[in-house]
Amino acid sequence: MKMKNEKYMEAKKRYLSEFERFQNSLNGEKAADANKLRLSAFNKFKLLDFPTKKNEDWKDTNVSPILSRNFAPVTFKDEVNDNIEIEDYVFKNFDSNLLVFINGLYSVKHSNIIEKNDNIFIGRLSEFATEFPEKFENYFNSNLNNQTVFGVLNSAYSIDGAIIYLKKNTVLENPLQVLYLNGEGKEDILIQPKNLIVAEEGSQAKVIINYNGTESGKYFTNAVTQIILGENSIVDVYKIENENSTAFHIEDTLINQEKGSVLTHFSLAVGASLTRNDLSSVLQGENIESNLYGLFLTNGTRHVDNHTFVDHAKPNCYSNELYRGILDDDSHGVFRGKIMVREDAQKTNAYQSNKNLLLSEKAGIDTKPQLEIYADDVKCSHGATIGAIDKEAYFYIRSRGIPENIAQSMLIKAFAEDVVESIKIKELKSEINNLIFKTLHRKEL
Amino acid sequence: MLKIENLHTNVEGNEILKGINLEVNRGEVHAIMGPNGSGKSTLANVLSGNENYEVTSGKVTFDGKNLLDLAIEDRAREGMFLAFQYPIEIAGISNATFLKTALNEKRKYAGLPELSAKDFFDLIKEKSKILKFDESLLQRAVNQGFSGGEKKRNEIFQMLMLNPKLALLDETDSGLDIDALKVVSRGVNTFRSKDNAVILVTHYQRLLDYIVPDFVHVLYKGKIIKSGTKELALELEEKGYDWIKEEPAEIN
Repeated sequence: MKMKNEKYMEAKKRYLSEFERFQNSLNGEKAADANKLRLSAFNKFKLLDFPTKKNEDWKDTNVSPILSRNFAPVTFKDEVNDNIEIEDYVFKNFDSNLLVFINGLYSVKHSNIIEKNDNIFIGRLSEFATEFPEKFENYFNSNLNNQTVFGVLNSAYSIDGAIIYLKKNTVLENPLQVLYLNGEGKEDILIQPKNLIVAEEGSQAKVIINYNGTESGKYFTNAVTQIILGENSIVDVYKIENENSTAFHIEDTLINQEKGSVLTHFSLAVGASLTRNDLSSVLQGENIESNLYGLFLTNGTRHVDNHTFVDHAKPNCYSNELYRGILDDDSHGVFRGKIMVREDAQKTNAYQSNKNLLLSEKAGIDTKPQLEIYADDVKCSHGATIGAIDKEAYFYIRSRGIPENIAQSMLIKAFAEDVVESIKIKELKSEINNLIFKTLHRKEL
Repeated sequence: MLKIENLHTNVEGNEILKGINLEVNRGEVHAIMGPNGSGKSTLANVLSGNENYEVTSGKVTFDGKNLLDLAIEDRAREGMFLAFQYPIEIAGISNATFLKTALNEKRKYAGLPELSAKDFFDLIKEKSKILKFDESLLQRAVNQGFSGGEKKRNEIFQMLMLNPKLALLDETDSGLDIDALKVVSRGVNTFRSKDNAVILVTHYQRLLDYIVPDFVHVLYKGKIIKSGTKELALELEEKGYDWIKEEPAEIN
């Protein structure tokens, strides 16, 4: 039996040696700016190691199941499997701009942009690189220093992603819906989307990013999403992780907000065998509002780890973080919420709350807030609770003749309510409610 | 309708009910009174199936069925209703959704089709009027932000909507001012008929001025030590519970 460290070293070697084959598949792409980034990322990757328990940030999430398997990065040579029906996976009943990726490859056939004008760019990564080379350089020249080793791996191998770029004072009328349909007809692939959402000064948009598995195959999604809010912009992002139950999902979300901007980020984790979300958000100016909502539902032997970091760099900003976990069977969750309030950031209001509902005796959650406060005139609070179904409420509901499974559904719905309430697209909210109940095999109300 | 025979109940290992015998027939209103700690709430809770209470011996029949064998929701669906002393707040579920689900579950159990939206709405209107219940409260989450009095009124509103065969009202009058008391009593009096029955658990006689009982039982240290008619309640009001404690126990 291999020693764990050996496994980790082997995995790293594999990804290093894959790189040559990958570069050879690029052809014309090799010279492009996009490839410059890949090369620097690759060089950075050489210096890093996959995290073990000894890394503070990864001590509760064991990545060896991911590293033990040989996942082959998707390349440009792979063909898009366009024949799949996507109807079942798209959020319906509202108009949206649609970008579809199948196993990480852009599908021209299924994508459909309904809002087109000079102030809006919605499209794939390579198109963006071609149309806006300086912006591409600017946004992707990266933050390699802030990324986890998985983020750097993404940068080394990334071939596509969803981009939305709004010029000043542009309001996107219809939400952008990005669908990553994963696992169809393929096993053991590594899908690495590189998404970018840029709202320049005064712009507004709602974006849905849906990572959806199609069957029971194993694959590994390793995504990086950047969200950049210019002054006074308003952006809502709904991230849905609904991958195959045997798949792995890691996402690095990097958020940067300028003064007066308002962000709402909603993260739902219901699918993968192992999910790790790293979200870090820098509030670069005054009067910024940052709302981070998360809901993770685990069952079977699944494991979901949400790490968040909010950096209050300037005064007078407001951040509100509400993460709720509902854990069943033998599953496990991790929540680490870090808030930093820098010396200059007077009059900061930073709130964090992680509440967890355990539906079975074997389910477990590790929750820890971390506050680093260097300013002296601030209001910060954090709280975490772990509990089971409220017995009194359960009795009350059943005493009205409502059977056990419906009573449980009601209490689960009640528990998730303040997070689900944050969803401003009502058709999406109703589908998310369906998904919650389907995941937990309870009866929908 | 309800027959309780020699019921003994433990709570957290302590015996609270020490052999209760009681018969309630259709059309009757029974008041259960007694000093604090006598076991009044225990009786109401045990009948509705609260799992914190353990029946150690005895038998309870409800319309011929063995009540103690039935699950909590089945007791309700068979026609039992408990108006809680301390109603729970449930965020995220509106009063309307809650009631509609309960009503339809009851109908399903009886083999009836679900209520149409219109019929449900009409029923709401009808019952809200009786209790002067503001319909807008129905869109709010169950009991959320309700004052004590509003919560109690909501219990009676639910009772009217669900129309049980046997209503157990657990200290419904506690915390109510005179006006709220009148409205709640009106609700209960509108409900009572020759086909149903009510057990009123109360500490004070005052409620019984508005909801006039057919029978009054005094519960003391887990046993019914005296039974009578509404005059008994007036005697208790006058003489206090100490008087009863000194009297020899009566056998029902």
